[in-house]
Amino acid sequence: MIIFLSSWTSCSLPPEGPVWQYRRVPDTPDIADRRDAVCVVGAGASGLTAIKNLREQGFEVDCYERETSVGGAWNWRHDRSPVYAGTHLISSRPLTEFPDFPMPDTWPDYPDHRQVLSYLERYSAHFGLGDSVWFGTEVVSVAPVGDGRWDVTTQSTGGGSSRVQRYAGVVVANGHNWSPARPEIPGDFRGQVIHSAQYKDPAQLRGRKVLVIGGGNTGCDIAVEAAQQAGAVWHSTRRGYWYAPKYLFGRPADQVNDRMLQLRVPLRLRQWLYRRVLALTTGDLTRYGLPAPDHKPYESHPIVNSQLPYYLGHGRITPVPDVTGFDGASAVLADGRRIEPDLVITATGYRPSFEFLDPELLGTAEDGRPDLHLHAFARRHPTLAVVGLVQADFGLFPLAHWQSVAVARWLRLRVTDPERAAAVQQKESARPVASWSRRRVVPTTRHWFEVGHTDYLRAVEGLLREMETA
Amino acid sequence: MKSELVRFEDWTDPVRAVEREVVSLTDGARGDRPPLLFVPGLGHGAWAFAEHWLPRAAERGFAAHALTPRAGGDLRAQVHDVVQVAASLPRQAVLVGHGTGALVVAYAMGRYPARAGVLAAPVLDGWPTLWAALRANPFGTLPALFGGRLRMSREQLFGPAMPAEQARPILDRVAAKPGRELVTHGPVPRPAGDPPVLVAGSPDDRVVPRASLDRTATRYGGAPLLFPGMGHDLMLDVTWSEPIEAVLDWLDKELPSAGQ
Repeated sequence: MIIFLSSWTSCSLPPEGPVWQYRRVPDTPDIADRRDAVCVVGAGASGLTAIKNLREQGFEVDCYERETSVGGAWNWRHDRSPVYAGTHLISSRPLTEFPDFPMPDTWPDYPDHRQVLSYLERYSAHFGLGDSVWFGTEVVSVAPVGDGRWDVTTQSTGGGSSRVQRYAGVVVANGHNWSPARPEIPGDFRGQVIHSAQYKDPAQLRGRKVLVIGGGNTGCDIAVEAAQQAGAVWHSTRRGYWYAPKYLFGRPADQVNDRMLQLRVPLRLRQWLYRRVLALTTGDLTRYGLPAPDHKPYESHPIVNSQLPYYLGHGRITPVPDVTGFDGASAVLADGRRIEPDLVITATGYRPSFEFLDPELLGTAEDGRPDLHLHAFARRHPTLAVVGLVQADFGLFPLAHWQSVAVARWLRLRVTDPERAAAVQQKESARPVASWSRRRVVPTTRHWFEVGHTDYLRAVEGLLREMETA
Repeated sequence: MKSELVRFEDWTDPVRAVEREVVSLTDGARGDRPPLLFVPGLGHGAWAFAEHWLPRAAERGFAAHALTPRAGGDLRAQVHDVVQVAASLPRQAVLVGHGTGALVVAYAMGRYPARAGVLAAPVLDGWPTLWAALRANPFGTLPALFGGRLRMSREQLFGPAMPAEQARPILDRVAAKPGRELVTHGPVPRPAGDPPVLVAGSPDDRVVPRASLDRTATRYGGAPLLFPGMGHDLMLDVTWSEPIEAVLDWLDKELPSAGQ
């Protein structure tokens, strides 16, 4: 037997071996060398655009997807999808579509999650990306083997034997909205507590007394849906936020904002205009009992919700402060008040998770925050990159597209012109973080990957140009 | 330098949607061949391709589509329409532009990673084309400079072999009001995704000067495929089958997965 084991890499088994030994050979191969091919982890929006752009640069691509279809977070059939029935885009269509594959111009300004999924499915079919995807296959570990190459261990999602393959590069596109961040609230609670990831349908809210914890876009959305369905709604936020409407002056608000950026209106003036416009339209939210924002406009991830102020004004949503504990049937609030919800939904967001990677590879700090150049390139491993790990005042798809264009050209340059690649790397290491990362934000985990889209895209464009010039 | 990534115009002032006329022949299309999208030039519509080229492409197993440019649309709107239609097709499309439609295709390729591009009798250099038109057909061209209608002559669109009775209805149908930007536009962008590009034309074309044809081909790193004796309207002239057969042969050769 041992003799057979050592010869499994070659296909010449001794002819006298029993039949079952022949059958076992393909199931337990040695490390299969995929040579110049690149491995992509995940076939959501970021993974799909990574496949497309890597193939455009001439790479062979193997993409591993744990689910059996594309679309990642936007595919409501997937276990880990955070999508609920009422999910709509919060950035408008032109700011959300892939720059080289526009959404149909007959679609609404803010498409819903079904349209977004069908868009991703069409993108995948249009460019034939499915050919490169191994569905129902999970990446178990990604480990460097020196000279920039990687051993990727995969396993069928249903279990079964694992398989190791060697790649010239790895692009991680596993998303960052699937591993729920659950707050630790002390005490026992008699009612039901769920994370917003488990909230799927407004029927879950009907006639109940609902407490929604979290002032992000999801929290506000669910509070609004609860206002339409539930018997009573409390919305708990730790601080005051700037709630931007979806429309301003008859146009999607993000398009108005970008017009100001186009006209190079300075930040101070934009902040002043923002306050004025909100004061003149939505009005002062503190009169409903919301705390005043503790930060200036543009210093937190934008929260876009036109309906929250509407339902506050109709008394359907009662704003409450932070929840400090549970006590039997009641939730104890920071101001000492007690309320008695029967359903608590924690819309407290998600944490990035890379359980198949050694934290050192992404320069991940103790608190779980990876340190990546342009939020994409591993600093110590030039053939390892992450796509889609950004948060912006903009759609994610275009940012993921340009990230993957940069990653693909970078990997190509390393092959065709290692000397210039080294020079580019040298130059990039001098690019100040403040030039592409938004620094003046409320210091919470929510803002780890926050960027301003114009600064960020200009930085990526700078890298693309460096890689071009001789 | 204008940013390729920061596209304020698209973000803040998206082109308005209109109903688009697309003529499609998809019967008998083979799954392994990319769809073709034909883009007509000034004064022409999808009809110009529906006549001969669409059926021939369909016979050879390609899903063939032709788009009529929107009425009164500027260059930006026309590029938008081409990219919209291309992205609506089930597979990555080959863009085929004729005349000023080739200019639209050249811009659309800067946006959309076409499977391949074909520029037939391309009007990519505005000024030389304008001079050539003024020389070949001064009375038909001059009014267009002052916002009037552009009238094309038989000598411009067709070779000498084209019978007059066949040319007349086409000339009557060609109605064009060229916009200033056909002449004043900047250099065309680099095609996204680096697709193979074929430039085809006629040395006897009275609209696109030979030198301009060579310049366009050089810009895309090749030499033009020439069809002597033909006029500007390669898809309607009597020997229309020669250019389309050559284009389809080129596609079969250039896109290996498409030929199997």
